Parts: sequence; C-alpha cells; structure tokens
Amino acid sequence: MRLDLYARPQRSTLREILAPIGAMIVAILIGGIVVALMGRSPLEAFDVYFIEPLSQSYSLQAIAVKATPLILIGVGLAFCYRANYWNIGAEGQFIAGGALGGWLGLLTHDGALQGALGSWWILPAMMILGALGGLLYAMIPALLRVWLNVSEILTSLMLVYVAQLGLDWLVRGPWKDPSGHNLPVSVVFDPVAQLPVLFEDGSLHLGVLLAPIAAVIAAVVFAKTLFGYQVRLVGSAPKAARFGGFNDRAIAVAAFAISGGLAGLAGVVEVSGKIQQLLPSISPGYGFSAIIVAFLGRLSPIGIFIAGLVLALTFVGGEDAQIAMHLPGDLTLAFQGVLLICVLAADVLARYSLRLTMGAKS
Amino acid sequence: MNFNPQQIQDILVIIVAAATPLLLAAIGEVVAERAGVLNLGLEGMMIVGASTGFAFAYLTDSTIVGVVAGILGGVLMSAVFAFLTIGLATNQVAAGLALTIFGRGLANLIGEGFVGLKRTGAPHLYIPGLTDLPLVGRLIFGEDFFVYFAILLTGAVSYWLMRTRAGLTLRAVGDNHTSGHSLGVPVRGIRLLAVLFGGACAGLAGAYLSLSYTPFWSPDMTAGRGWIALALVVFASWKPWRALAGALLFGGVAVLALAFQGLGVPIPAQLLNSLPYLTTIVVLVVLSIRDSRGALAPASLGQAFIPDR
Repeated sequence: MRLDLYARPQRSTLREILAPIGAMIVAILIGGIVVALMGRSPLEAFDVYFIEPLSQSYSLQAIAVKATPLILIGVGLAFCYRANYWNIGAEGQFIAGGALGGWLGLLTHDGALQGALGSWWILPAMMILGALGGLLYAMIPALLRVWLNVSEILTSLMLVYVAQLGLDWLVRGPWKDPSGHNLPVSVVFDPVAQLPVLFEDGSLHLGVLLAPIAAVIAAVVFAKTLFGYQVRLVGSAPKAARFGGFNDRAIAVAAFAISGGLAGLAGVVEVSGKIQQLLPSISPGYGFSAIIVAFLGRLSPIGIFIAGLVLALTFVGGEDAQIAMHLPGDLTLAFQGVLLICVLAADVLARYSLRLTMGAKS
Repeated sequence: MNFNPQQIQDILVIIVAAATPLLLAAIGEVVAERAGVLNLGLEGMMIVGASTGFAFAYLTDSTIVGVVAGILGGVLMSAVFAFLTIGLATNQVAAGLALTIFGRGLANLIGEGFVGLKRTGAPHLYIPGLTDLPLVGRLIFGEDFFVYFAILLTGAVSYWLMRTRAGLTLRAVGDNHTSGHSLGVPVRGIRLLAVLFGGACAGLAGAYLSLSYTPFWSPDMTAGRGWIALALVVFASWKPWRALAGALLFGGVAVLALAFQGLGVPIPAQLLNSLPYLTTIVVLVVLSIRDSRGALAPASLGQAFIPDR
C-alpha cells in the first residue's frame, strides 16, 4: 500500500479558505470523540466550549483580551516563518517584554518619578520598553543564527526556560512587594501605569485595539512594500533572493526584530492591562499557542487575526468547561495540538490530491 | 570542599541517571535525522512515554508493562508525525512543534488521575561483592536496567549505522533522497521506520523518567529534556558514541546545579536551574564556530520528499 501526492494544477482560493475551516471541523469531531470516551456528552461540551462564550458580554470581552496577545505574537511569527526562520521562543520574548515594561510600572509605583513631568508618559514608555525587551531577547537567537549559523529553533526555545526562571527570580527576590505578606508578587501598578478599560465594569482594556492595528499594518507590509516581498522571497526562493541582491541576513534579523518586538509588546500589554502587577509566571503559554494561531491563519495577518479569536475562544470555553462540566483543563491544550495537526494536513490537501494505491512498493 | 569516595560515587551515579534519558532520546533522534527527518516532537513523545509508562505500570503494578506502554506511546506519537511529514510531506519543523504541543496536552490528560501517586522505582542490579566495591561498585554494577540498555543501544546503533549495509542505506537516504529513490531504495519506507524507532526511544526515555528517575508522574516533568536531547544530536555530530559523552556532560551540568544547591552556595536556585539551558546554547555556539559550514549534518535533513515518477 502506498500514498501518493499529486500537485494540483491550479491554486484555488476557495480551497485555501476551506482548508483551515475543514481542519477546525475535523479537530472538533476528534475532540468530541475524546469527550465521549471520557463518558461525557460531546454536545454539551461543544455548547460550553464554542457557543456559550459567544452569548455573554463578559466572556466576549474575555475572548478579546485573550486574543490580543495571541494575535500580536502570531502576526510577528508570520514574518519569521514566511522568511523560513523558526522563532519558537516567542514565549520567552513575551516574558522579557512583560518584565522590562513592567519594571517601569514598579519604578513609578506610589507616585515615584511622576513629579515635574506628570504621568502621561508612563504608559507609552512602558509599551516601548516592552517591545524593546522582546526585540532584544529575540536578537540572541537571530544574531547567533545569521553570524554563526546556530539553530535558531533550539536557542530560542532554550531562552524560554531562561526567561521563565529569570522572571521567577525577580518576582521572588528584588521585585517582591515588601508588604505583600511574603507572597511572590510585586506591588500593584499605579492606575497611571495600567491600560485603561474601555467600558466601565468591563475587562476590555485599551491594549485590545493594538491587535487589529498590528494585523492591518502587517497585511499592508506584506502586500504593498518591498520589505514584505523580500521576506516572502527569502522564505520561498532563497537563491533567487540572493541573486536578486537582497541581504538575506538583514531580512532575517528584521523578521526576528518584528517578531520579538510584537511578542514583547504583547507581554507588557498583558502585564499592564490584565494582571496589573508582576507575578512569577505571566503567561499560560501564549507564545506556544500563537504558533498554532500563525499556522491556522495560514501565515497571513488577517487570517491570524481570525485564528487568534478562535483560539481565544477555546481558552475561554476551556475555562468554562472546567467549571461547568469539570472537564480537565489539559483538554484545551490537547485540542489545540490536534487542531494544529489537522491544519498542517489540510494545508497539504489544499495543494495536492492524494491517491492510495494498494499492493505496490513505494 | 572535601569529598569522600562514597560522596564521589553518589554524584557519579546521579550524573549517569540524569544522562540516561537524554542519551536514549538522542540515540533515537540520531537515527531519524540520519535518515533525513528532523523530528522536533521529541519533547512531546517523551512526555507521552512518561505518562503512559507510569499509568500502565501503576495499574498493572509491573515496571515491564510500564516500559512497553511507554515505548508504544512514543511509537504512536511518532506515527502521527510520520503520517504528516512522510505521508503528506508537511513542513517537518511545524509538524514537530504540533507533536510537542499535542503531546503535552495528551500526556497531562492521561496522567491526570495519577498525580501524586508513588511506586517503587525500577530495580537496580545487585551482584554481591562487585556492587559493594568502593568508588565504582554501584556506578558499574548497581545501575538499573535502563542504564545498561541505553549503553547497549548506543553500541548497537553505532555498529548498525556505520558498519552494516542497511545502516549505509539509511545514511544515503538522509544525505540524498533523490539519488536513493532513483536507485530503487524505498526512501519513505526507510524514513518511516527511522521515525518510529526514534519514537520508541523517546517513549522509553520518558518511561525512564516516570518509572526510575523520579519515580512518579507530574505534569511537564520532562522539563525541556527533549529539546536538550535535540541539541545533543547536533553536539554529537550525529554520531552515537559522541551522544553518550554529550549526555554525561549535560547530566553533569544538571547535577552540578543540584549539588551547589545542596551545599548551600549563595547562588539563586533559578540561575542554577537555568544552567542546562544556558550550557546548551553555549555548546551550540562553540560547535558552530568549529564547523561553520554545517558540513556534518545529513544533507537532506528536514527536507520533505515527494517522489516523482
């Protein structure tokens, strides 16, 4: 028995749109079978996971707040992945950004540094520091890759563990709230260092607006600018890019800078808008889920925007399912993995047709 | 600091224990990568091996059943990866990441009911007289069977890869799949077997962690060992015996961190715990300075193969 792939003669836009939707449906069916095997009602689980969160204002807001870091990171990853550089350490860059930006929140605690200048500059400065933190942290794997050809996959991933341990040390050590009953938490930021909420009594904060802005800018960069074209060409035809005189190293470093910068921005937005202080751990794995978002969105910024909302829905639905149905939280993680596997398979089916031949050797 | 022979032996025994899972996983990955397949899902396969291994061992009260279940868990995970990358020719990096994300979730689901449970670790060899020898007795004659098996496996894989015709064919497939295909070599079949072997080794490495090293199950217990094993393959220049040396080095770094903590050296625990990851980066950098052209890697590594007729 053998499985053969035949390239489809034409690309079809319809098929490329249907592929991730089909993958989503298959992943939901697999998830339903798993829930049924656990002796629970798959229909009830589907309702709790995917329908109920869409019917309540507070869970819609929670989806938008959770989608924000996923979209920001995912859009950045699209630059790296399109250029064929595999930054899988966005989780670490997120933490680096959250820590550096959050540091300013700690420095300005209780009115400090807010004398002559006032406090208007604090939030913008935090955002810039956050992006800078992620960017600088992403430069380690980027420069090692372009200068010394060290695998960016391994270095960026190793730096995730280093960042997690580093933040853990800071919050348990020098940044610990002295009056916090010895709990491993920092002080709570002053209101001037917190991203304001958009509606009263809501969780939707100003940072949420950054996600669509980043997606639209990235879409324009990819479609209309020379840099966007260079990124795509370096990834799809590196030799042609080199013959064309493009500096592929500079493009790689720029892709990493954008990716790290957006991940760092996502980190400081999460810290300033949602957590409002620093904790030993500030991410439930956004940096890794964003990899799924990037692929589910087919590495296109608008697709990533939609995919980010879908993944955020599974996060919120998963939390609801833990409370309402006592389904384990790891079900969400497993589902996200199945989804990515289905997306990758569907991607191939959009470009190739499969033929199964019995009895022949491959 | 003064150490007596007893303490030195204790430290060496712990280093070997820390090195064993890295070695097992790395040997499997060496075979897969020599066949041209980069499986970044090592961490995912390991963690599934750890949870299935512990679950089955606990339910049947048999370490052997646990080991077999752990191996099968790794093999099934690698079969998913093989279907994606060899069957459907998807990008190997993306598929490997998918496998790791999926594996973390699946393993935690499987292990959910087993958190906090304990069982006796795998038995250690005991030869009266020999095992009691000072300094080297327990180190050489008192390990558990995983350790001896890992060393045997290293020798067997090294011989098979470098000295047999089948091993030569596998390496040829990894270096140039197009030539292999035109000579009538079943490229995808060989790659499938190599990936499944890698999965079996990773599953065994995971089972070692939950059945002997700790011995209990806790979520995310592999703690990046799969990724370190991947770095180890690069460190070893895709040669099994060098992977053994590398595993001992990495095991040593991890144990050094523990030892410093035990001695009460005033260094933050987090810094010590990040040493294995920092060491990995430093080692990768040093290696690439030595081998700037990447000439040691299998030439077709990471490239999908779609046969044309």
